[in-house]
Amino acid sequence: MSALAAAVPAAPTFDWAALSPLLALLGGAVVVLMVGLAGSEFIRSMVVPWLAMVSFAIAIGCLAWQWNTTSLLIEGALIMDPLTAALGLLVCATGLVASLLAWRDRAAREFAHGEFFALLLTVAAGMFVLISARNLVVTFVGLELLSLPLYILCASRIRREHSLEAGLKYLIVGSVGSATLLYGFALVYGATGETGYREIAASLSASGLVSDPLLLAGLALAVVGFAFKASLAPFHQWTPDVYEGSPTPITAFMSVATKAAAFAALIRFFDVAVPSAIDFWRPAWIAIAVISIVVGNVGAIGQRSMKRMLAYSSIAQAGYLLIGFVVYTDLGIEAVVYYLFVYALANLAAFAVVIARERETSLGDSIDALRGLGARSPALGAAMTFAMLSLAGIPATAGFVGKFTLLESAADGYAWLAVVLVLGSVVSLAYYLPVVSAIWLDEAEGAEPGRDSASGVPALAGGSPEADAEPPTDGAGEAAFVAVVFGVAIIFFGIVTGPLYDLADAVARGLGLG
Amino acid sequence: MTIHLSIMLWLPAAAGALALFLPARLARWTWLLGTLLVLAYSVVLLFDYDRAAGGLQFVTDELWIPSLGIHYALAISGLNLVLLATTALAFTVAAAWYLWDDSVERPGLFALLMGLAQTAVMGAFMAQDLALFVVFFDLMLVPFYFLVVIWGGPERREAVLKLFIYTLVGSLLMLVGAIVTGVLAADGGAPSFLLSDLADFPLASGTQAWVFLAFALAFLIKMPLFPFQGWMPDGYRQMPIGVLAVFTAILSKVAAYGFLQVAIPLFPDAAVRFQETLMILAVASIIYGSAMAFTVTNARLILGYSSLAQLGFIVLGIFALDTRGADGALLQMVTHALVTVPLILIVALLARRAKGSEDIRDMGGLAFRAPAFAAVFLVLTLALLAMPGSANFVGEFMILLGVFETKMALAIIASIGVAMAAVYALRLYITTMLNRQGPDTDSKEMTAREALVIVPVMLVLIALSLVPQFALRPAQDGTRESLAAAREVLANDGSVAESRVEARR
Repeated sequence: MSALAAAVPAAPTFDWAALSPLLALLGGAVVVLMVGLAGSEFIRSMVVPWLAMVSFAIAIGCLAWQWNTTSLLIEGALIMDPLTAALGLLVCATGLVASLLAWRDRAAREFAHGEFFALLLTVAAGMFVLISARNLVVTFVGLELLSLPLYILCASRIRREHSLEAGLKYLIVGSVGSATLLYGFALVYGATGETGYREIAASLSASGLVSDPLLLAGLALAVVGFAFKASLAPFHQWTPDVYEGSPTPITAFMSVATKAAAFAALIRFFDVAVPSAIDFWRPAWIAIAVISIVVGNVGAIGQRSMKRMLAYSSIAQAGYLLIGFVVYTDLGIEAVVYYLFVYALANLAAFAVVIARERETSLGDSIDALRGLGARSPALGAAMTFAMLSLAGIPATAGFVGKFTLLESAADGYAWLAVVLVLGSVVSLAYYLPVVSAIWLDEAEGAEPGRDSASGVPALAGGSPEADAEPPTDGAGEAAFVAVVFGVAIIFFGIVTGPLYDLADAVARGLGLG
Repeated sequence: MTIHLSIMLWLPAAAGALALFLPARLARWTWLLGTLLVLAYSVVLLFDYDRAAGGLQFVTDELWIPSLGIHYALAISGLNLVLLATTALAFTVAAAWYLWDDSVERPGLFALLMGLAQTAVMGAFMAQDLALFVVFFDLMLVPFYFLVVIWGGPERREAVLKLFIYTLVGSLLMLVGAIVTGVLAADGGAPSFLLSDLADFPLASGTQAWVFLAFALAFLIKMPLFPFQGWMPDGYRQMPIGVLAVFTAILSKVAAYGFLQVAIPLFPDAAVRFQETLMILAVASIIYGSAMAFTVTNARLILGYSSLAQLGFIVLGIFALDTRGADGALLQMVTHALVTVPLILIVALLARRAKGSEDIRDMGGLAFRAPAFAAVFLVLTLALLAMPGSANFVGEFMILLGVFETKMALAIIASIGVAMAAVYALRLYITTMLNRQGPDTDSKEMTAREALVIVPVMLVLIALSLVPQFALRPAQDGTRESLAAAREVLANDGSVAESRVEARR
């Protein structure tokens, strides 16, 4: 009897309460998938999206409930701490917004609502796992759980060539990234004999094998893999095409949430597991940061497609974020978390306006769709304006405070990186300001269906203008609502800085880099 | 701790926000009322400021972003007292000007943007926290961007991009400089950006040098000073005229004020080190600006290049690092603003009488049936060329006096600029008002409305010419304080910062 008891491994203890956000997302995915099988069109197109939103809301509620908890979940595979809570909140809130934006989107209708929203919830669950993982294997599992459904979602506009191309491209490049990362993890495991992050750190400090070639090769591959996933230059080539081809609500979701999840994983792996090898990985990340700032800012200039422009802009913004990461201080982590939130506000506002215009006009995501918007609907015009100014880091917007924090974290010792950051911001005006000018300066052009399709879709990118010119649809209302809410939030958080700082501060103290 | 400055600071923005929701006619009046209230406030401050005590008064100091150490700190000092009143007056004139200018569509939005601009400018003047100063300084530009984009001339697209990118290069480098100053001065502790805290802990002189250059670049581009005037010609041509009046008169002064308030007191070593460089740039601006001002034919650009030259004088006075020069510079900032605002509006008056052309070759003989207009214009022209008896003369004289004490050669070259000012100012007046009447011109007397906007500023200018001490006296305390550290460096012929840094360790 006692021998038998000893032979059965003790079941891991589950902290169900701390695990509840993840369960809400996964449970939501199952429920949404099942309800999506219903025959009634009403249930599929109305109930399913709102169920998805409810699931995200429940997950947010669970996070709020577990806000101050710090506990290890499932035998230390996951951790619930302020970093998980803060970025989990960001992911779930973005998911909620994306569901609202996708509610009446063509993609969800063409692809079937049940599958679409179930996949979206699964992606969010994957992100949650990735954010909270403190183990090489779990990190990889989380990464794949988020990536695979995302490949499908990118291709979910199944009647549109662009969308399929985006999904395929993302699948191929993403898989290369995953494979590289996995190889890197395998080598790190080989070097240290551990998979847990804390254990790896302990093993490294005990053995002093920091310059072990096996470990360094593993780290190099891990850097490349993470850079692929976070779309950092020079591993960014997939980003503009995928952003452009995917359904816009999905683009909005992945531009914000994927970035947050990837940076959380980055922080956990490099700051917790291998901080002792900082002299090795810091120069690598600094180089990637500088290249991303240059490539992103230069690439975005002159783009006609808003989604491509925002894709390049997101590469540059990720470069800025890396600066907070490489300085390896509490303030740096605080800056990263703060900036992720303000970046989310601006990007969601911008994408919401793009979606609203896609649905109101036949010009798609072209900058032409924004011409004269300021005169015709000032609220949407103002939201887009605030978003662009915030991304450029102009005072009185949240983006300015975010950039200020990043600069302050870099000021002591990395002042030259701060200079790179602001020079990048100056260049970024060359593509953010034309958007603002288009909104306020140019006369509105008549938007008859089909008329401007040739200018709306770059023919070089393989689009067939006839197939891609889409007549206006309904659903611009909720997009405008989202745009206005986030537009107001950009200004609010540009002036009232306390709440986000408290949050970022808690995250930084929770990690305790010292 | 008082709330007065906060009320005064946010009043223009609030009036503008209110105007946004009102019908056109009412929006214009709301805006004017807002600016008048601020003007009244600033006049009260002029008399309430305890000149005998000096220093910072009406101090407001709240912690705005605790984790970054940024304070919402405002105060009135000898340096900004008169400049604030000038700002309030300039914006009031602009608001009065647009009361009857129906070419502006959506006046509510216009009022909001101008209100925000006024708030930002006054914020930059009042700020006693380095980060807050930078925030307001950068913020200043945003409303002007929209004012040009929405209401500017036909070629505004390129002009505004150039203006914005040029000035933001400087501003953002200044932001880095400011943050580095705060963080390094804290020396590992919690940073504070309060100017009074920062002045106690000067940076090492190597760091001072590049941080100072970042600040100087921002200020020189904003003014602009030679050779950073690339954005100016296009920007000036495309700006709506009332906006241009404020922009030329006031924004350049914020930059000049920045030297006195921030750059010189915080980075005294660097200020001494780059003293000659800046003085040479200033003299170059005087010569270049004057030369351009009598070659170009666009009336706006004549005034633009003239203000380039005048700002050369102001910078020259400041970087003489002599209190007389700096006092003169401060007086010159005020008088130049007071003369620029009405003169730019007069360009619009001239254009109205020359079928919309702003080219002085299309004008001529406009004084024929307009004696009052001619008289007003003449008084302002004489003030612009710093006729003895005008307050502008007092300012220029003091500047040159200060420079003679320190750099004789530069003072001699700069005094050529005084003569050149007479040439371009009189050329502007003669070709437009006298000479033979142009073919497409219509010599009309000033209307009552035009007079109502322009004459009061002229009267203020005349009053100031009679009692320049009114503006000078409070300034003297301020400049002495802001130059103190730099003069100490000069006296010790080297660095004080190093010794102070050492003393602190």
